[in-house]
Amino acid sequence: MKFEYAPAPESRAVVDIAPSYGLFINGEFVEPQSGSYFKTINPATEEVLSEVADAGQADVDAAVKAARRAYDKTWSKMTGRDRAKYLYRIARLIQERSRELAVLESIDNGKPIRESRDVDLPLVAAHFFYHAGWADKLEFAGYGANPTPLGVAAQVIPWNFPLLMLAWKIAPALACGNTVVLKPAETTPLTALAFADICQQADLPPGVVNILTGAGDTGRMLVEHPDVNKVAFTGSTDVGKSIQRAVAGTGKRLTLELGGKAANIVFDDAPLDEAIEGVVNGIFFNQGHVCCAGSRLLIQESIADQFVESLKHRLSTLRLGDPLDKNTDIGAINSHVQLTKIQELSRSGEDEGAERWSAPCTIPEKGWWFPPTLFTGVTQAHRIAREEIFGPVLSVLTFRTPDEAIEKANNTPFGLSAGIWTEKGSRILHMANALRAGVIWANTFNRFDPTSPFGGYKESGFGREGGIHGLGAYLNVKDPS
Amino acid sequence: MSALTGKDNRVEIRKTIKLYIGGAFPRSESGRTYEVFDAKGAFLANVAKASRKDARDAVLAARSASAKWSAATAYNRGQVLYRIAEVMEGRRDQFIIEVAAAEGLSTKQATKQVDAAIDRWVWYAGWADKIAQALGTSNPVAGSFFNFSIPEPTGVVAAIAPQDSCVLGLSSVIAPIIVSGNSVIVIASTTAPIPAITLAEVMATSDVPGGVVNILTGDAAEIAPWLASHADVNALDLTGALDPELAALLEREAAGTVKSVRGAQPDADWHATPTLSRIRAFTEIKTVWHPMGV
Repeated sequence: MKFEYAPAPESRAVVDIAPSYGLFINGEFVEPQSGSYFKTINPATEEVLSEVADAGQADVDAAVKAARRAYDKTWSKMTGRDRAKYLYRIARLIQERSRELAVLESIDNGKPIRESRDVDLPLVAAHFFYHAGWADKLEFAGYGANPTPLGVAAQVIPWNFPLLMLAWKIAPALACGNTVVLKPAETTPLTALAFADICQQADLPPGVVNILTGAGDTGRMLVEHPDVNKVAFTGSTDVGKSIQRAVAGTGKRLTLELGGKAANIVFDDAPLDEAIEGVVNGIFFNQGHVCCAGSRLLIQESIADQFVESLKHRLSTLRLGDPLDKNTDIGAINSHVQLTKIQELSRSGEDEGAERWSAPCTIPEKGWWFPPTLFTGVTQAHRIAREEIFGPVLSVLTFRTPDEAIEKANNTPFGLSAGIWTEKGSRILHMANALRAGVIWANTFNRFDPTSPFGGYKESGFGREGGIHGLGAYLNVKDPS
Repeated sequence: MSALTGKDNRVEIRKTIKLYIGGAFPRSESGRTYEVFDAKGAFLANVAKASRKDARDAVLAARSASAKWSAATAYNRGQVLYRIAEVMEGRRDQFIIEVAAAEGLSTKQATKQVDAAIDRWVWYAGWADKIAQALGTSNPVAGSFFNFSIPEPTGVVAAIAPQDSCVLGLSSVIAPIIVSGNSVIVIASTTAPIPAITLAEVMATSDVPGGVVNILTGDAAEIAPWLASHADVNALDLTGALDPELAALLEREAAGTVKSVRGAQPDADWHATPTLSRIRAFTEIKTVWHPMGV
């Protein structure tokens, strides 16, 4: 049964997008010395939203210089108590402007307003609020009696959770006393630029936060800049490896949060209705543009057929369309490039012999879309079981015993996250112990909290973000031996 | 003491210095050795010169030992590390003589180093069952979950030991790697490898499972790149990689499988009390969201 819904669009009137944006350097918006700009596009409509500056080498130099000056003269000398106050201000400003920021995020990214409003923005505010409290308590964090900041942090973030990834990068860096130069993703710069406005409203000292828009070249210039002390990157494993190579031998501190191919393991005693919802949320949340997405469903053989049928039924009820409609479950694919990648990997699934099923849904005429899709008959050798698709595509595999589930789940170069669905608490802990992944969700998936460290094993990267463990990435720990 | 005869005019039995891989003492599969001299230039021994194949064999041994060692109870690992200190204590005089010769130290200086090394094993032994309490947390998430974070061993670690502190520095590198449940392949000081092999003999008689500690002698610049690029090595400890070009090369190689790297430490004060940073460097934090409900 399918209920018809009348459209319930969130109003766009709360956002005011300028026709053009400069770079945010030393507390001010300035025109780029490179003189070049690129367009940012609404992926649901292909409408050009604005032109943003494409930072070149001179701009990167200016931003790093501003961050260095702010570090030396202001931020590293300020008491933790005062840094905390600025971060609390920022947290409050985000709460006050959360409706505007949510709409802007959905317009620039393509994610459903239900997610940007109910997940992204509350987490962004919470992340600043949590880290604000650390700023004057760092000596209690377990990194020695007098932990000091590192200096200037170069931070490069992806397009899937633009403002949330900004928060994960900037909040701990500032709390620990570092200054930052952050580059948002090429396709989703607008909320980072709105955040720059928030920094101005908070009267954050100039140069503490600098925002450089641009593409991969800008990111490369930023992480390779000799006056940067710390590099933090979230994105693809390939780019992560190239950054690790570029940073080699420089003494810069590095944290990487890279790709994943998470197993979501459903046992036959799982609460099935709950598990269906969890599996759907695991892979179709944010159109599957999630590094920790549960993209491999491992289902116990005895319930596999029934479970897949229920899953198809549930997927058939998902609503794909206008990201600003409050009823929308599946928004737009963020870019044409990403859509092409999803299509290519899905074709490889069919070519290699897996069986494809896509939810019957109407695809809007404009914009970039991909229907919720699952593959059955997938083997571990298939590309769709090994490579990160970063889209709404689920590969279904089966297992008989817990040991087989563990072996299959761990059979990947990645190790970011995993899911376990069972009613048995002891089994949850046994499985959690055996899975080689940094975040294990039991009877839930894709849940985040500022107090809970996030980050991967193996080729999913190193370092953690959030919690007491995340602070270590931005502190200089004295270490005689 | 003459090189030919001991003080009682007995012709002494000299030891063949071989590698330590998987609990055994093989020669290098390459058949190569190199001459090692004391600090005054007198010949000490022909020491095995490890090859790429030896490095790979060591990784295999380390990986094989990993599952059982990482699953051992913390209490058990603590006792094994303490046992190392006990057996070292029994060989204290031998270590002092060897360290004095290798590093050109007075007996008094060598004694200080050996005693500190033995005490270092005791210090780290005591950490085995406290790491999870010091580095683990329960996290007050907003929601009906018990959310906890625990440190787990990273897996197989390749290390370059300090060149200038052949027992204390070496022990200070190995102990924090294995105490949490990692296994290690360590390249000993090139110029002072003999005490490292004596430490290997201690490992072999101290309840340390074969393969948990593997010691290679030879040229770090030749062997280490194979370890840095090896897909079954999870992390690198470059403490003794003092040549910046070598360290940079190894860091680049490590990027192929995103290994975490702890950098060179040219200014280490091995007599200072360590921090937790070495243990932290070779553990992963795993966070579990466990549901709560009736």
